[in-house]
Amino acid sequence: MQTNQLFAIFCGTLLVLGLIAFFLGRSKASRVRAAGTSMHAQPDQYGWFTVLSTAGPAVLVGAVGAFVMLLLGGDIPTFYLLAGSLTVACVGLMAGIYLVKPNFHARKAIEAVVRFLLAGAAMVSIFTTFGILISIIGEAIRFFQMQSFWDFITGTTWNPGASFLEAAGRSDEASSAAQFGSVPLFAGTFMITLIAMLVAIPVGLLSAIYMSEFAPEKVRTVAKPVLEVLAGIPTVVYGFFAAITVAPIVVAVAAFFGIEASFSNAMAPGIVMGIMIIPFISSLSDDVISSVPGSMREGAMALGMTRSEMIRDVVVPAAMPGIISASLLAVSRALGETMIVVMAAGMRPNLTANPFEDMTTVTVRIVAALTGDLEFGSAETLSAFALGLVLFAVTLSLNFVSVIMIRRFREKYRINNL
Amino acid sequence: MTGHTAGEPVTRNEDANHELSIRVRDLNLWYGKNQALSDIDIDIYQKNITALIGPSGCGKSTFLRCLNRMNDLIPSVRIQGLVEMDGRDVNDAKMDEVALRRRVGMVFQKPNPFPKSIYENVAYAPRMHDLVSRKADSDELVERALRDAGLWEEVKDKLQEPGTSLSGGQQQRLCIARAIAVRPDVILMDEPTSALDPISTATIEDLMDKLKQQFTIITVTHNMQQAARVADYTAFFHLGEIVEYNDTKTMFANPATKKAEDYITGRYG
Amino acid sequence: MNQSFDEISAQLKSRHRKSARLKWMSMGALGLAGMFLVLFFADMLVKGLPAFQQAQIQVEVDYSEQASEIPLAALSEEIRPLVSRGYLRLIPQRMKDNPELQGTTRTEWVLADSAVDQYLKGHHTNLGADEQSTVDRLASQGRAELKFNTTFFAKGDSKMAEFAGIAAAAFGTVMTLLVTLAVAFPIGVMTAVYLEEFAPDNRFTRLIEININNLAAIPSILFGLLGLAIFIGFFGVPRSSPLVGGLTLALMTLPVIIISTRSALRSVPDSIRHAAFGVGCSRWQMVKDHVLPVAFPGIMTGSIIGLAQAMGETAPLIIVGMVAFIPDITGSFTEAATVLPAQIFTWAGEPERAFIEKTSGGILVLLAVLIFMNATAVVLRKKFERRW
Repeated sequence: MQTNQLFAIFCGTLLVLGLIAFFLGRSKASRVRAAGTSMHAQPDQYGWFTVLSTAGPAVLVGAVGAFVMLLLGGDIPTFYLLAGSLTVACVGLMAGIYLVKPNFHARKAIEAVVRFLLAGAAMVSIFTTFGILISIIGEAIRFFQMQSFWDFITGTTWNPGASFLEAAGRSDEASSAAQFGSVPLFAGTFMITLIAMLVAIPVGLLSAIYMSEFAPEKVRTVAKPVLEVLAGIPTVVYGFFAAITVAPIVVAVAAFFGIEASFSNAMAPGIVMGIMIIPFISSLSDDVISSVPGSMREGAMALGMTRSEMIRDVVVPAAMPGIISASLLAVSRALGETMIVVMAAGMRPNLTANPFEDMTTVTVRIVAALTGDLEFGSAETLSAFALGLVLFAVTLSLNFVSVIMIRRFREKYRINNL
Repeated sequence: MTGHTAGEPVTRNEDANHELSIRVRDLNLWYGKNQALSDIDIDIYQKNITALIGPSGCGKSTFLRCLNRMNDLIPSVRIQGLVEMDGRDVNDAKMDEVALRRRVGMVFQKPNPFPKSIYENVAYAPRMHDLVSRKADSDELVERALRDAGLWEEVKDKLQEPGTSLSGGQQQRLCIARAIAVRPDVILMDEPTSALDPISTATIEDLMDKLKQQFTIITVTHNMQQAARVADYTAFFHLGEIVEYNDTKTMFANPATKKAEDYITGRYG
Repeated sequence: MNQSFDEISAQLKSRHRKSARLKWMSMGALGLAGMFLVLFFADMLVKGLPAFQQAQIQVEVDYSEQASEIPLAALSEEIRPLVSRGYLRLIPQRMKDNPELQGTTRTEWVLADSAVDQYLKGHHTNLGADEQSTVDRLASQGRAELKFNTTFFAKGDSKMAEFAGIAAAAFGTVMTLLVTLAVAFPIGVMTAVYLEEFAPDNRFTRLIEININNLAAIPSILFGLLGLAIFIGFFGVPRSSPLVGGLTLALMTLPVIIISTRSALRSVPDSIRHAAFGVGCSRWQMVKDHVLPVAFPGIMTGSIIGLAQAMGETAPLIIVGMVAFIPDITGSFTEAATVLPAQIFTWAGEPERAFIEKTSGGILVLLAVLIFMNATAVVLRKKFERRW
């Protein structure tokens, strides 16, 4: 807790220094001005400039220092670091006040600093992507040093049970036991995604068609936000709904038809995930269907087509790139969905085509691998990152394809509309 | 107007066919509260070209769209009056607007081919209407429609390419081919050349002249020279009314009303 | 000769029938989606509303000498199994705190065991036949009834269903979202301002844009992996803390805030910018004094929606360890905490029937808050919607 106190003292001192800087800078500027010299900027702006020159370098020194220490792997001597950065703050304060002169462009200096800060903020999103990539790839490489990449991609048995022995350096005894064949996990993921899409695409697309082509204005203004509610429900809630309400219904219905179903069957999470995804498909499809030019509809109507023929043969084909793009985004979402499957799908890797059996998914295994009491370096925890890497690659490519398709759609109709 | 029955042209064009195609009486149309057409009376004759001219916003396109009930697509529109074709009121509740549009085709201002191949653009509607059942019939019909539209020679080797790959003028002729492929009685053309270059425009004007052998054509145009060149009869619209309906030659040489004369000589419009 | 209207109409009959089919099917699809929603809410209400009530029974508590040693002795043998063990456990402590209780016998309303609670709510329980008849008798005397469940809103997690509450999780959610807001809001708005108002149109800018759109579509669990490897593994932020959870959610929320702020900035007409430049503002002064105030409601709307999304997020928080068992409210950003969705997840894993009710109750609270936030966003947007 000493670190916390030090940090609080540091922040307090910096704040006081900042205030001092503002008033000193401003009063110096006011004095110069009162003496009759015309200046390039307002006294307030000089004040702000001195604040920036005080706090900016200090915070930068502190942050860079801490980062370098972490990178080198050493303990951070917090006291020295913070003291150093306060010294820098004092130097910055003096330099700032020294710079308050009639011919100094305080406003331009502020402008430059602001621009720099904003660009820095924009870099955060790039760092995030890099952060995800580095964290996943780094650990995944460690995993593939322990396990063969080929076995991971083609193996049909996922049995990490004994991998902790390897972490303990007894890999000889364990190598026969621990297996990381990801095929059953991907099979389970794709099965559940498929079920979700079989629910979401027809219902979502038809809803979009109804809303954009048939529905009276009133129905449309009510139905759109109501559908959006489906997308706003947290996934953990859907997971509970799937496990507690839908799964028993599926089992009962299956039993009625003489099929034996597991309580953690793939149908329940699949159906519920499909419900969750309906609004994604419907709102994106609604947008693209509505943006099919009216001239094309009129062209079909003028040939003596009925409304539905026009929709089926002209509007939907014209909107197809957009609809496919929406569906790809939905698939990418379903693949990465975690809570529903964690709560309602099984834990047992099971390579089967029967959706009434329990099967597990990539995301379930990621969660399972990282919530146990395992050593971080064990093959099982690291396998989560290898699975995450594949998930990242697949969703990223789906997103890219979808973005390219929607761009094509837009370009096509911008040209066509002259 | 002077001493002739409502709806008839002031002067008769003796070369023209005078079998009645569409008879319009007391047609009024409102967009919400704004009246866009008032008391329109006009007789349209078969196998003629009738041009509708007038300053923009005068209601000529709105009127054209009354003839195949395209205004139904706009919710705020209210229509009163008679539009009679083949002895039936097209605005009658019993009239199937799909059947009406099957007999009254339309070509639009901007070419709007479907996102399908050139072949499918033409073959689609006849197939839906059961005009063709076999592939060979369909091929023959597509060829004939494209020949009639003067496009066959240009596209016969690339029938499977998308309709949107053609140039603007070709796209418009494709749309004409699409319209005539279902063998309508009447073809409505809403400024069919306004988005085209002069050469394409000339091609389409020639085409209209040929097509009037088989079809009744009603065209809206901004371009008075075009009306003078192609039309048998011309109706001049102003502020939602027909000011003058006349034989084209008379209309341009010796108009019966001052307003039409002012418009034609370019005083406004 | 061409066909007449009647001939064509006759041919059209079957086509019209088919055509109507699409209309009914599409209407049915929308109806189905609506039905899912109704079914879902009905199910949650039926399961969750009873959680807001809890059985209490009126008992004679004998604060004898013996009771301070063996709490069970405070109650008659018949009543003992019906009272929450959590209550019994507290008796010695209470006697120590309030010495005047010593030796008295008082009639008190106390929390019943969750089995009694379930029995009174008409669910199946493992209560024995004798116990059931005791409860029936107490109920008929008005000494056992369902009362508003304050424990649920005032207490943290517990292994005893009747003692479990959402307070600790709700507090954890607030702390976590504070961190998220403090990080994501400034960075998101700054990024959006940079991209809309300052950035040159070059490759690098487009790279940032593509990158932001991609971040918005990355599965949330991968943000959890980032949080685990970078924040916990590299920077040494304490596991399970609101700090690490908030930071992880901040990165997830960032794209939402950036995208909505950009569209808010874009809807500010250029005439305002030109006017500001015209009176000699620098670019930053123009943005700060003229564009941002106009765009502010839009930015708020987007941020609220982003925050609501973050509030319902669970997967990345599980990865960074925020599923801890937290019985007491903690006020620190660096100590272990849990959040509402994670609490729901934990309870959903409990086998006892009473916890299904708690889970649904927690879900209702979560949904109520989310609906409130989204409604606020909508109202805000409606109120400040301007047409230029």
